[in-house]
Amino acid sequence: MKVLLSWLREFAPFEGDPVELGDQMSDLGMAVESIDHVGGGLDGVVVARVLALRPHPDAERIQLVDVDAGDGEATQICCGAFNMAEGDLVPLATLGTTMANGMTIERRKLRGEWSNGMLCSARELAMGDDHEGIWVLPGDLALGTPLAEAIGVTPDVLYDLEINPNRPDAMSVAGVARDLAARLRLPFELPTPKPRRAGADAPWGAGRPPTVEISAPELCGRFHVRVLEDVVVGSSPAWMAHRLRCAGMRPINSVVDVSNYVMLELGQPNHTYDLDLVSGPGLRVRWANDGERITTLDDAERTLDGADGVIADAEDRAIGIAGVMGGASTEISASTQRVLLEMAWWDPMTIARSSRRLGLRSEASMRFERGCDPEVVERAAERFAELLATSGATLLAGSLDARGELPDRQPVRVRTARVNRLLGTDLDAGAVAAELTPIGFTCASAGADLDVVVPSYRYDTRTETDVVEEVARHLSYSSLPSRRPASPQTGSLTDRQRDRRRLRAVVAGLGLAEAMPSPLLSPEQLERCGAPTDAMVLTNPMAAEESVLRTSLRPGLLAAVAHNAAHRNPGVRLFEVGTVFLPTDGVLPDEPEHLGVALAGDEAPAAVAVLDVVLESFGIEGWDLHNEPTPGLHPTRSARILLPAGAGPTEAGWVGEIDPAVVEALGIDERVAWLELDLAAVLARPAGPAHYRTVSRFPSSDVDLAFVVSDDVSAMALRRTLVAAGGDLVAWVRLFDTYRGAGIEDGHRSLAYRVRLQAADRTLTDAEVAEVSAAMVAAAGSHHQARQRG
Amino acid sequence: MNAEDVDRAASEAVASVRAADDLESLAAVEAALGAKSAPLNAAKRSLGALEPDQRKELGRRLNEARAEVATAVETRRSELAAAARAELLEAERLDLTESPGGRAGHLHLVTQARDELEDVFVGMGFTVAEGPEVETDWYNFEALNLPPAHPARGMWDTLYLDSGEPGTVLLRTHTSPVQIRVMSESEPPIYSVMPGRVYRRDTADASHTPVFHQIEGLVVDRGISFADLAGTLEAFTTTYFGRSIHSRLRPSYFPFTEPSAEFDITCVFCGGDGCRSCGGTGWLELGGCGMVHPNVFAAVGYDPEEWTGFAFGFGIDRMTAQRNGVDDLRELFTNDIRFLEQF
Repeated sequence: MKVLLSWLREFAPFEGDPVELGDQMSDLGMAVESIDHVGGGLDGVVVARVLALRPHPDAERIQLVDVDAGDGEATQICCGAFNMAEGDLVPLATLGTTMANGMTIERRKLRGEWSNGMLCSARELAMGDDHEGIWVLPGDLALGTPLAEAIGVTPDVLYDLEINPNRPDAMSVAGVARDLAARLRLPFELPTPKPRRAGADAPWGAGRPPTVEISAPELCGRFHVRVLEDVVVGSSPAWMAHRLRCAGMRPINSVVDVSNYVMLELGQPNHTYDLDLVSGPGLRVRWANDGERITTLDDAERTLDGADGVIADAEDRAIGIAGVMGGASTEISASTQRVLLEMAWWDPMTIARSSRRLGLRSEASMRFERGCDPEVVERAAERFAELLATSGATLLAGSLDARGELPDRQPVRVRTARVNRLLGTDLDAGAVAAELTPIGFTCASAGADLDVVVPSYRYDTRTETDVVEEVARHLSYSSLPSRRPASPQTGSLTDRQRDRRRLRAVVAGLGLAEAMPSPLLSPEQLERCGAPTDAMVLTNPMAAEESVLRTSLRPGLLAAVAHNAAHRNPGVRLFEVGTVFLPTDGVLPDEPEHLGVALAGDEAPAAVAVLDVVLESFGIEGWDLHNEPTPGLHPTRSARILLPAGAGPTEAGWVGEIDPAVVEALGIDERVAWLELDLAAVLARPAGPAHYRTVSRFPSSDVDLAFVVSDDVSAMALRRTLVAAGGDLVAWVRLFDTYRGAGIEDGHRSLAYRVRLQAADRTLTDAEVAEVSAAMVAAAGSHHQARQRG
Repeated sequence: MNAEDVDRAASEAVASVRAADDLESLAAVEAALGAKSAPLNAAKRSLGALEPDQRKELGRRLNEARAEVATAVETRRSELAAAARAELLEAERLDLTESPGGRAGHLHLVTQARDELEDVFVGMGFTVAEGPEVETDWYNFEALNLPPAHPARGMWDTLYLDSGEPGTVLLRTHTSPVQIRVMSESEPPIYSVMPGRVYRRDTADASHTPVFHQIEGLVVDRGISFADLAGTLEAFTTTYFGRSIHSRLRPSYFPFTEPSAEFDITCVFCGGDGCRSCGGTGWLELGGCGMVHPNVFAAVGYDPEEWTGFAFGFGIDRMTAQRNGVDDLRELFTNDIRFLEQF
């Protein structure tokens, strides 16, 4: 919401530093987003008339404009805008003028043609945002007059305020002024409008008196109608056009401009009908019929439903959508003479819904949906007539005023103790009332508490807590007390949160960088990477590339690898700890947390090594890998991860290498080792403190055992058999050599393990070592048909 | 053999020891000197044939000579050992500046910021709560005093999922549903922060990404007031940003809090003097906060007359990006190694 300081001053005597005034507005919750100085810097800019427009002989995007700046002579200007016509009045920055942006206008040649000044847009003159061409000046102004004098503009300050949705009052210049005046303890007054009135005996609507009926009282709280006659539709006075422009609105014609001006000033949107185009004697407010059609002011045909409100004419045709936009059939035109003026109060929720559904968010709907002031309508109508009186319009004496359901205005009990409890203050009822009274809240004493009647312009304020917020706001948040609560608990992370941090540290300790890809993907990405395609689907994605939720960390991390590869950074080692989303029978998906690891330039064993480190770090023993293919991974270099769990091994992910076809499809020209581990069985294991196992003080014995075994038998399975067969005396078993070739039959290889045997309480005898070794060899033979190799 | 012979033999033996040029040849010399035929050994054997006077004299002389030779051997051995070690060490000489170096791992900038924030609040007696990223409308909006068709729902552009009744399952637009879950599942007092990933239907640009991270805080206890909110945020601000950085509150609007506030911190770039980063105001907007709305308490079954509370929240990404000078938020999520390795 943009407000001019000069406009605010029409309601209260604001003085002093404009920046300090702005600080007060911010502190009241009307955050000042910018402060601009407007209307200054017009020295040297004069009113000129366009005499002739000629093409530039040597440039298509520039034309030559001859203007008369009051001396009766044609001055040639080169101009890049094409929006003006012969006879238009335009602002001319004469030679030597310094513009708002600091540029000085000099005589210069453009493509061989002289330019003796500059024609200006409103924005170039710091007179608003309009930059769609040269500012064509309204009205009949004397040529050569300084522009500031001609349009009645003085240096002014323009505040751009951010207004919160719970401040309907601050959606108007008067409302901002009221709030600010209350803070500064200045008198605030709404001037009484003085319209040009028709004689008391003037006929009400000249034989066609309109009537108003509200048949949907829950839709329309108030429908107030006045009639103006002798209306001449022309252009608005320059000062009004200037203020509208500063507020971000475009001057259109005198009737539309006054309508907008009243809305900005008093916060009351209003609608004008050409009375002579309104069919029949009356208007009726009702809900729309499903499928009912109306052509709106913007010449678009709209289809309505039963939750939209309409204003219908005597033939029950909709001639406007309640609170959103008027209809084209009764639109004000150059020939309009009699205006029917509507000032209404609409149900905010209805307007919010309609404007959103129809895509018609306007300055009017924004105000209606916050809740307007049902009591301001008479004043707004009179103000409208007063402003239009300069063009001769007269206001007929009568009015029609229909009422539906308006917000309840019962007093709100405000307990002083509650105020203090919420704010941490120590106020008495008088101090509370002292903050509320200046902004129009009527406070009646009720013992130690207050009964507060909320003003009609505060639709948002209905509960005790709402009123407490007003007290806090006007006391100023920055002057409220501050203290730190003493938490009765010891702050801490959960086991899972601590474990997750440790996991990240362990993996980063291996030299990997943590990536954070988006969980939003395209279905094709899932499919390409071999991830499960049964995914949660977005109904309103921004783009197809972000239309499903990931079921695996693989597509995101591989995209990251591909991004780096495309920027000539091969060999990246990335990891991610994040949730994936797996659909369930219920409405919400499972969100298991996964670790994903992508090692570009590495082969599968590198990923197994990461897995090994992670599992050892979390004290997980007895895990297993099953070599088997899975979509997306290298068919002969992938394994399912099995972790020990209560009832038996649990599948916990995959390790291996990305399928070469996938790697190639992603434009990556190196191998990518891959690990994806479901962390459910890893994090926050209910293990408690790890239990100490005695470190033996007796010598150990090492035995090397080599076996010839089929390729179908995994080295890990054979190792586990050796460990089991060795019993308590096994300290560890490590694979130290793998051999294929001469002496070993096809489809087999030799696996050599070093076994360390040790007892906690004695030195092992040779006989004991031999016995254990024999048991291991026997077990390997019986479980895996493994033959000991000499 | 007389004394002169002994002297000569000793001199020759010492000379042969000194002539040995490595440990191997020294060992050979030692072996030769230890042989029966070696002159000094032979002389010792011949002592028995001498008269007692002569034997005593020559015996003493012989012992001295043998000691001389032994000393020479040990001296030579340590000289040669030192030389051998020096040679070996020289052969192992390395230019350590030729090392290829290691490759450190990196935690993502957002993870680092989140961990730091959690630590500050844990230090203030808070726990850390988490919840799902896919939520129902009830947790994300309705329980937060945002009934269906509430105009303020427009404040969040929401991504919906094709699950259940249309428009009822969504990607959480803030971590506030975790507040509802915490309150629904436990009784006050509550002192918790809720960090996590959130989603908005926003076009990505330098200051917006559709997927980003927030941290919110919730305190519910007896006698909690706006003053506690202000004090908590001030304590957080000075702890996290430094003693010279302070917080301030300005009126704002959120459906789930009342009174509601924006909270600003002293501009970390200019220390409050006003600069380009803070638009000359000396303050940076950090987040939103306020006293928990009675309707929110009603939704989770808390009695607003018994309990009061406050909540606050802000974006982790934007704060950390600003702090670390990342001028485009999209950089956080391209996963370019040149970015990741900087932090």
